[in-house]
Amino acid sequence: MTLHPGFADPVLDSQACFRAVLDAMSRPGQIAALAFPDPPPPLDPATAAVLLTLVDAETPVWLDGAASAAREWVAFHCGATPATPMQAMFGVALHPVPLAGFQAGTDDAPELGATLVLQVAALGRGRKLRLSGPGIATVATLLVDGLAEGFVAEWATNHALFPRGIDLILCAGTQVAALPRSVQVMEG
Amino acid sequence: MTPDAQPPTRRQHWMSVLARASGQELAALAGPLPPYTRLRGPEAGLVMLRGRAGGSGMPFNLGEATVARCTIRTNAGTVGHAYCLGRDLHQAELAAVLDALLQDPDAGPVLAVQVIAPLAAAQAKRRAQLARRAAATQVQFFTLATMRS
Repeated sequence: MTLHPGFADPVLDSQACFRAVLDAMSRPGQIAALAFPDPPPPLDPATAAVLLTLVDAETPVWLDGAASAAREWVAFHCGATPATPMQAMFGVALHPVPLAGFQAGTDDAPELGATLVLQVAALGRGRKLRLSGPGIATVATLLVDGLAEGFVAEWATNHALFPRGIDLILCAGTQVAALPRSVQVMEG
Repeated sequence: MTPDAQPPTRRQHWMSVLARASGQELAALAGPLPPYTRLRGPEAGLVMLRGRAGGSGMPFNLGEATVARCTIRTNAGTVGHAYCLGRDLHQAELAAVLDALLQDPDAGPVLAVQVIAPLAAAQAKRRAQLARRAAATQVQFFTLATMRS
């Protein structure tokens, strides 16, 4: 197991990545591009860049079984402590996981709702989702390959919790898209 | 040092010697270096220094110190770390590379003789000189208990 590098320029690279995630979050359905040269397997470049940007010593992180191969890299570069899904501020998964397993925050402190970084097979092709809500003028479409069968129903439950709930960041290769808890998802 | 502190391992010893050496000293002694990948840094930052008042006192924050750190990986896959007081990034990077090279079972001991031994000797000499200068100005305090009774 060899350790892989982090951002070459930590300040500018993480700012650029933050901007990309912010754009993806504020305009659900839009796919942003993220370059990262040398991600630790099995993480994709976008997944690794998102973790380097958002996760730090103050955000406990949970890695699913497959993502655990990058445990050492996350601990070294992010300094984040490992946690159970219910305690984690960030979840990292390579396979679909139940959203209900993460903390959704409280009505007083909805910001405590966790963010799930889900690495999927592809963005821009695959299953069609229709999105509506804040940040979308009418309806947006997002093509995702690699979501769970019952994702739309699961997301409806998550959306109903608003302002509580889980935010979802989808990563595939060098692409990132996001589903904030405020967005409504319908089968396309 | 905590009461149950172990004697430093060989790696702890060479890391402390490298952290105390200057960038020029390291560059002069190390010679040509093999190719490597920077994993983190070199970068300068602050660390909080903590102190304790008395042996069992509560810890308190003494102040912050500037520290340069670097982590590299040689092409063989060995990871070297360095944390050095100050902001000499060149020193931190060289120290990290040397830390990785010194871990090599074959080349490490040779490098230890070539680099670590002379640096450690020079540092011990500097410390002894400083201790002698300080000893000349030492004042012995004692309490005249009988005057108060």
